[in-house]
Amino acid sequence: MSTDGAQFMRVATRRGAAIAVEFDGLPLAATEGDSILAVLLTNGLILRRHEFGSEPRSGFCLMGACQDCWVWSVQGGRLRACTTPVADGMILASQPPAGPHE
Amino acid sequence: MSSIVIVGAGPAGIAAAELLCSHGHRPVVIDEGERAGGQGYRRPSPDLALDMHALMGSEAGRYEALHRRFAALAEHIDYRPRTLVWAIEGRTLHLLYDGRAETIEADQLLLATGAMDRVAPLPGWTLPGVFTLGGAQVALKDQGCLIGRRVAFLGSSPLLLLAAKQYRQMGGTVAVIADTTGLAAKATALPGLLASPRTLLRGLGGMAGALRAGTPLLHGVTPLAIAGNGHVQSLLLRDAAGRERRFTCDAVALGYGLKPETQLADLAGARFVYDEAFRLFLPETDAFGRARPGLYLAGDGASIGGADAAEASGALAAHAILADLGGAPAAAEVRTLTRKLARLRGFQRSLARAFAWPASQIRALPDDTLLCRCESVTIGTVRAAMAQALGPIEVNRVKAMTRCGMGRCQGRVCGPALQEIVAGASGQDGAGAGRLRGQAPVKPIALSAAGESTP
Ligand SMILES: Cc1cc2nc3c(=O)[nH]c(=O)nc-3n(C[C@H](O)[C@H](O)[C@H](O)COP(=O)(O)OP(=O)(O)OC[C@H]3O[C@@H](n4cnc5c(N)ncnc54)[C@H](O)[C@@H]3O)c2cc1C
Ligand code: FES
Repeated sequence: MSTDGAQFMRVATRRGAAIAVEFDGLPLAATEGDSILAVLLTNGLILRRHEFGSEPRSGFCLMGACQDCWVWSVQGGRLRACTTPVADGMILASQPPAGPHE
Repeated sequence: MSSIVIVGAGPAGIAAAELLCSHGHRPVVIDEGERAGGQGYRRPSPDLALDMHALMGSEAGRYEALHRRFAALAEHIDYRPRTLVWAIEGRTLHLLYDGRAETIEADQLLLATGAMDRVAPLPGWTLPGVFTLGGAQVALKDQGCLIGRRVAFLGSSPLLLLAAKQYRQMGGTVAVIADTTGLAAKATALPGLLASPRTLLRGLGGMAGALRAGTPLLHGVTPLAIAGNGHVQSLLLRDAAGRERRFTCDAVALGYGLKPETQLADLAGARFVYDEAFRLFLPETDAFGRARPGLYLAGDGASIGGADAAEASGALAAHAILADLGGAPAAAEVRTLTRKLARLRGFQRSLARAFAWPASQIRALPDDTLLCRCESVTIGTVRAAMAQALGPIEVNRVKAMTRCGMGRCQGRVCGPALQEIVAGASGQDGAGAGRLRGQAPVKPIALSAAGESTP
């Protein structure tokens, strides 16, 4: 169904500074004010793999309640993608970095 | 002066703060969100090229009015955005702001914490592309995005029609609008619905719009599965005539009405009673929202009522706080507000019948359906644990046995369905299954932050 391999379809543009982030090694263009989740899902289909059984997940409630949208940032640990705005230079990953974490 | 703390800057919290300010108080207003307005009336991001008037119709003016009122309050309150209240112990609220833990003391605490979508699970509901109905609206209003190109709207809620209409208007395709409540049940609830024409008209407007475009609009469906290879590709359901039908789509918006966010009320010592109309445990309050001395509840977090009811109940709670602090009673105002609130909440009760929680469908779900998305617990695991357990069965025990409801979301998502599964297997009604107790932290926080403030 999705022709470009993206889950979300942007229908309203955002005015704001163009910024660049990285997700699992891929550079992505974003606009200041976008949520991390919106940037990732307008560019792809999944956010993360579930801890048990590694099935793909892409968030669910989009309002900070279900916690199914956690991604990891090199700079700042765990982030709730649906309620966290992107920032220029963010380096994000679908999996937690190796080593002890919460 | 007494310290008054309001949690939640939605219509309920804003209305309460306004009234308290007009009586010379300076309440603290805490909200986890980036911008005030709450869930339904969240302020659209100013830099998004969204025509709110086209999208929201007559509601757009109400949005603007609420945000104008909040802006006027700004210098008269102690506003703390982006601040999560993650625990309450006695008078002490534990806050998390910018990764740092802080505490604040409240003599009068008003919880106006709002609601979230109530969802019923079905096979395939954890596939990428399935979102809550409220989430589908948040994606649009907050991010200017649709959750997919061809979206199926499934559940039982008047907002299915509203959201579908907005999606179509913004260039999305609506694969189907499928409501699990049959038309006969809707007709039975109609007299009660006529009590509040504004919401009814919006719903009917959506229905007419959907029909005009040739969108399938089905009532009385049984959802069977969401299918797809790694992401949503179709929705399978049985229609009211018993036919299986498959709708190709790349996203599903799932919503069965709203459920109040009551974790904080629980920690603050509110008592709960089972409500037959909503099939939910709701906090017990008097007509003003007093739950116990010093604790007040308002808005959807107390009882689902919509934005107008939220405002009225917020104002009533503020009147109660003023009266409890020794102020002169404002009898006429209070009487008007009480009447208004009773009418609006009565309307929601009728809505809850017209758009019913599909209890028997949930009880009949197949064993391999995932119930708890956080801990990956299936309905079969829950049923098996109950079959082996000795003694009375209730949800907290089932949670301890299976981890269902113990994950990151604290049972917010699976709670209502778990309650139905437990009730079904133990031959009880929803009330007999018990209530999942709230626990701190109400949302996951970094352990280092919790450590800083835990005595
Ligand atoms: C996702 C969603 C979409 C909706 N869309 C519509 C719509 O399109 N049209 C419509 O008429 N109605 C809609 N509604 C219903 C409408 O939002 C509510 O009826 C109304 O907003 C209730 O107002 P309130 O003040 O009670 O709560 P809310 O407006 O929900 O405000 C509650 C506030 O409390 C804050 N909060 C909660 N817990 C904490 C905590 N622990 N710490 C800090 N802050 C906290 C939240 O961040 C939120 O801002 C929607 C509801 C939801 C949940
Ligand atoms: S999608 Fe539910 S918390 Fe982010």
